[in-house]
Amino acid sequence: MTQLRDHTILIGPGKTSRREGGGAESVVDQAHRFGVNVDEITELRVVHLRGALTDAELVTLTDRLLVNPIGEWAIPLADHDPKGLVIETGLRPGVTDREGAELVRGAAELGIDLEAATIARRWVVDAAIDQAQAETLARRVLHNDVIERWTLGALAAAFTDPGAQSPATTLIGVRDLDDSGLAEINARRRLGLDPEEMIVIRDHFASEERDPTDAELETLAQTWSEHCAHKTFRAHITLEHLDGSIDTIDGLMGSLLRKSTDEINAPWVHSAFVDNAGIVAFEPGWDIALKAETHNHPSALEPFGGSNTGVGGVVRDILGVSAKPVAITDILCFGPQDTDPADLPAGVLHPQRIRDGVIAGVGDYGNKIGVPNIAGAIVHDPSYTTTPLVFAGCFGLLPEGANPTAAQPGDAIVVLGGAVGRDGVGGATFSSQTMGVETAEIAGSSVQIGDPIVEKGLIDVVLEARDRQMYTAITDCGAGGLSSAVGEMAEELGARVDLQAVPRKYPGLAPWEVWLSEAQERMVVATPDPAPLLALAERWSVGASVIGEFTGDARLVVVDGEEPLIDLSCAFLHDGRPQRKMRALAVDRSRPARQHASFDNTTMLLDLLAHPSIRSNEDVVRTFDHEVLGGTLVRPYGGVAGDGAADGTVVVPPGTSGKRGMAIGIGVNAVIGQHDPYAMAWNVIDEAVRNVVIAGADPHELSLLDNFAWGNPTDPATLGSIVAACTACHDAALVYGAPFVSGKDSLYNVFVPPGGEPDPVAPTLVLTAVGIVKNLDVVPLTGVVQAGSDIWLVGPDSGALGASHVDVVLGADHGGAVPEADPTAIGRHGEVADAIAAGVVRSAHDLSEGGLAVAVAEWAHAGRLGVALEVDSSPEVLFGEGMARYLIEADPSDASRFSELVPSARRIGSVTSEPVVRLGDITVSLDAIAAAWTGHHGAPPTPANERPGAAQ
Amino acid sequence: MNGSASKPKVLIPVALGTNRDHDLAVAFEAAGAEAHCVPLSALRSGEVSLVDFQLLGVPGGFSYGDALGAGRLLGLDLAGWFGDQLHAAVDAGMPVFGVCNGFQALVRAGLLPGNDRHAVLTDNASRRFECRWVTLDPVSTSSVWTQNLREPLRCPIAHGEGRFITDDPGGLAAADQVAFRYVASDSAAADGAYPANPNGSLADIAGVCDSTGLVLGLMPHPEDHVAARQDPLRGRSPSGLCLPLFQAGVAAVA
Repeated sequence: MTQLRDHTILIGPGKTSRREGGGAESVVDQAHRFGVNVDEITELRVVHLRGALTDAELVTLTDRLLVNPIGEWAIPLADHDPKGLVIETGLRPGVTDREGAELVRGAAELGIDLEAATIARRWVVDAAIDQAQAETLARRVLHNDVIERWTLGALAAAFTDPGAQSPATTLIGVRDLDDSGLAEINARRRLGLDPEEMIVIRDHFASEERDPTDAELETLAQTWSEHCAHKTFRAHITLEHLDGSIDTIDGLMGSLLRKSTDEINAPWVHSAFVDNAGIVAFEPGWDIALKAETHNHPSALEPFGGSNTGVGGVVRDILGVSAKPVAITDILCFGPQDTDPADLPAGVLHPQRIRDGVIAGVGDYGNKIGVPNIAGAIVHDPSYTTTPLVFAGCFGLLPEGANPTAAQPGDAIVVLGGAVGRDGVGGATFSSQTMGVETAEIAGSSVQIGDPIVEKGLIDVVLEARDRQMYTAITDCGAGGLSSAVGEMAEELGARVDLQAVPRKYPGLAPWEVWLSEAQERMVVATPDPAPLLALAERWSVGASVIGEFTGDARLVVVDGEEPLIDLSCAFLHDGRPQRKMRALAVDRSRPARQHASFDNTTMLLDLLAHPSIRSNEDVVRTFDHEVLGGTLVRPYGGVAGDGAADGTVVVPPGTSGKRGMAIGIGVNAVIGQHDPYAMAWNVIDEAVRNVVIAGADPHELSLLDNFAWGNPTDPATLGSIVAACTACHDAALVYGAPFVSGKDSLYNVFVPPGGEPDPVAPTLVLTAVGIVKNLDVVPLTGVVQAGSDIWLVGPDSGALGASHVDVVLGADHGGAVPEADPTAIGRHGEVADAIAAGVVRSAHDLSEGGLAVAVAEWAHAGRLGVALEVDSSPEVLFGEGMARYLIEADPSDASRFSELVPSARRIGSVTSEPVVRLGDITVSLDAIAAAWTGHHGAPPTPANERPGAAQ
Repeated sequence: MNGSASKPKVLIPVALGTNRDHDLAVAFEAAGAEAHCVPLSALRSGEVSLVDFQLLGVPGGFSYGDALGAGRLLGLDLAGWFGDQLHAAVDAGMPVFGVCNGFQALVRAGLLPGNDRHAVLTDNASRRFECRWVTLDPVSTSSVWTQNLREPLRCPIAHGEGRFITDDPGGLAAADQVAFRYVASDSAAADGAYPANPNGSLADIAGVCDSTGLVLGLMPHPEDHVAARQDPLRGRSPSGLCLPLFQAGVAAVA
């Protein structure tokens, strides 16, 4: 028997952080934010090794795998003489640990047998701080309790217990329970089911004269969760109008969103709403798959892991329709970065920590799987302080008709990818409920940690398997794990699964946990002949296991070796859920008249440019790889110096003819929806359309994705707000002739502080538009191009100030109409697209947050040229917001041609060589614009308690 | 070596986490080679062998998730069970190209800078992953890869661990082993200043070659600027197409 020996090695000199100031925030800066006044924190690596190693092996392992040949050293931890206070942090046992696993594998390559390894962090604080401050530093800055442990001094190594026993499957007695008994089980297991659903479940098992197993109950809870079943969007809704009249809506999905797509009946739509992603035509022989997802609840608790796996999940959605992922998008909504930590409820991470973690997580996943992140937005609003929103989108490419969707009886069920652990157990049900102070503790295991390189391997395997026609159906393992993936694939056929064949990261998992684990980076495929697929997976170093087969008896049967676990009728599992009945109160869209607000226009412009929802995010975007795959044509930041904001972005997907581009546009607005969700939905759709038009797409051949993030829909006013936004989506889609092809709703984005009022997010619809660029040569450039060009304004001269960013900067709602739904907008989009196609547009920029003044400032900055506009100085002209408004730069010699093509345009000025922007009574230098827009301008952020609409 | 009628074949090994293999294949094919992206398992099993190729291109990505430091474990593969073949191939005159993670792996494996000179590629000075376009001045006159480069190249970087450090920068320069330096967009010396030198590399070194000039490694991604369309200054002032770099390598074995 081998004697276990544990070795602990410290690697130095590590990284020392000091106060940074400016943009980048170090851990020392973060410590100061929480009142811990330290000057330096040094981070060193602590390597825990388990195995019987000789001294020579230890030296080899250290030299070859742990230290760099220049400037690094390694010593036994016990020999370390730290000059200061020591805090150590390390992953909890069972959390995905790529470094530890690779250390074991690397050692094996060197012929050294390690049983286990993990790398922790030692933080040396160069200041005398007391115990309470050390605890604050550890809890608030250095570690996250959801996935990590910490201690003052040395942290003992923690490996998973190789001898852990699995808990047995148990029966849950429901047959004889009354309503309160059912409610108790529902709450205790955090099933998140409606009382009516618990009654249906009880009656079903009573009729079978048995009680469900824990696995059966959990499978039902997962399948019937809001996250998976979209029961609000499929509910029977009674809508009470302001005048007392009543309407009923039989499912928002069927009667509004899908209905508009059916009515448009666009020939380019090849699949809408039925698969993991929508599928639309790109060019002869090639289709685009598109999907956007949310990952809000996990990102609130573990920002890096939450956003990381959000990207991973949506990429698998694309892979789940047999498409090669070619572009990623991310739309992020955070609370004010200067929120006083003292104002945060217990259990809520600081918005700056959330932002840093979310951005790092988005970048890490996309960068590592090698898919360019090419479009996004970052929005700040106080309503996102307790509940951040993280939207991740993915676009893929597949040969036309290459996604098989018909598993056959007898086909083997193969799981590709990693092993399962306790990570992400119960995620689907957790994300379908509101959050409170105890959520982090209870839901800790619901947060998944990503392993992007496994997913990169999955992409390689699935695409080759697709091309070799090795499978008959495919789906991803997302929320609900195997329960959801196999359950959905077996909806018609039925399946039999033996969990013994499911690879596990460590022993001790209950069978139902194996079944429901949301361990990431797995796909499930149906195949008549598993052997070649298993060989292919091995070739690419990707795990693969046959776990069962599709049967044809329409029952979902799961066993764990000899032990029966689940035996459910597919009909009950998928169609047994009673339709939810809900009540909605129609939104009052009336607005008070605009009250005068006094401000200096130049100061207002600079304040708008510096606002966190408007300012440059180039520093963030530069941490995302937007070049990999070599197909990026229009980048998120472009212009003369690569620091000007583009509108839509364009990718020429690798492997296609190279003659066409895929244009991606995004619309989001945190403000309008707080007053008028109907108008908000129209406006964000229009913004996404403007962006793809400027990118060169044909606005008469667009496809749309919707992502809803709202509060608690059982509140009738909240549901009324959702109804209004869905109605606008339906109406706008029909007017624009742009079908929705996929979408996702994320509800219950509410934090309930102890004894306090629920704090929901602002009603937020994220709209993604994709269009086809048919001529890459005429795509307008980012930023103005040439002094002497004419500047044209397309659309109305002035816009609305109600729910505008002027009021956001002023910190109060001054009333006035919001930007209205404008059904004539599509005509202007068509005119601009015609002018671009005719090759008479040098550059273009749309008017969005902050209106004309912000648009022209950004545009001039991107081109490093001045612009002089002859417009009046009213706030409506300078800062008003509205639909289908563009600035266009054209050659003066094309003026008559341009005005023929765009009759709604008016020539308002020209590009100048003087580095100054002039419009109305505003005169501002490019340097001042750059300083404000890149965040070096001292504009006071919006106070948390004075945002427009805060009282509603 | 095959006759001039057939295209030179370039082997592009793919580890778990490699992700710019496709981009590198596109660049070599644009330069006239025939590119083969092959999983390491197939090289390890002997199904595919380096001796059947005329060029080796080690691509970018995050092999093994950058665990234990970027390129460390891929370097272990290259130096370990792949090492003898690799050294024999270079001794026989095979040009080797390592980009980004491939460069990191060649350094970890000891092939670059070679001759017992030490170098590391470590965290960017900014401590962040950075993706931005840079300008590269071709310095080496003796490397097969930098022949025919008359003007600076422009291409993106996309890395978090690209800061080149060596204990002998003078010796590298004297041996003509500095292949590329980061320069400003007007070709003036970067002198370490961000963002022209995007990662704080010592002496603005972006890429190095071995003493024979056959093995080249660099952090930026010239494989992502082999077509005019890829240039973000398209329509304004495009420049610095990187195709000649690949053409030089392919020409050396054609």
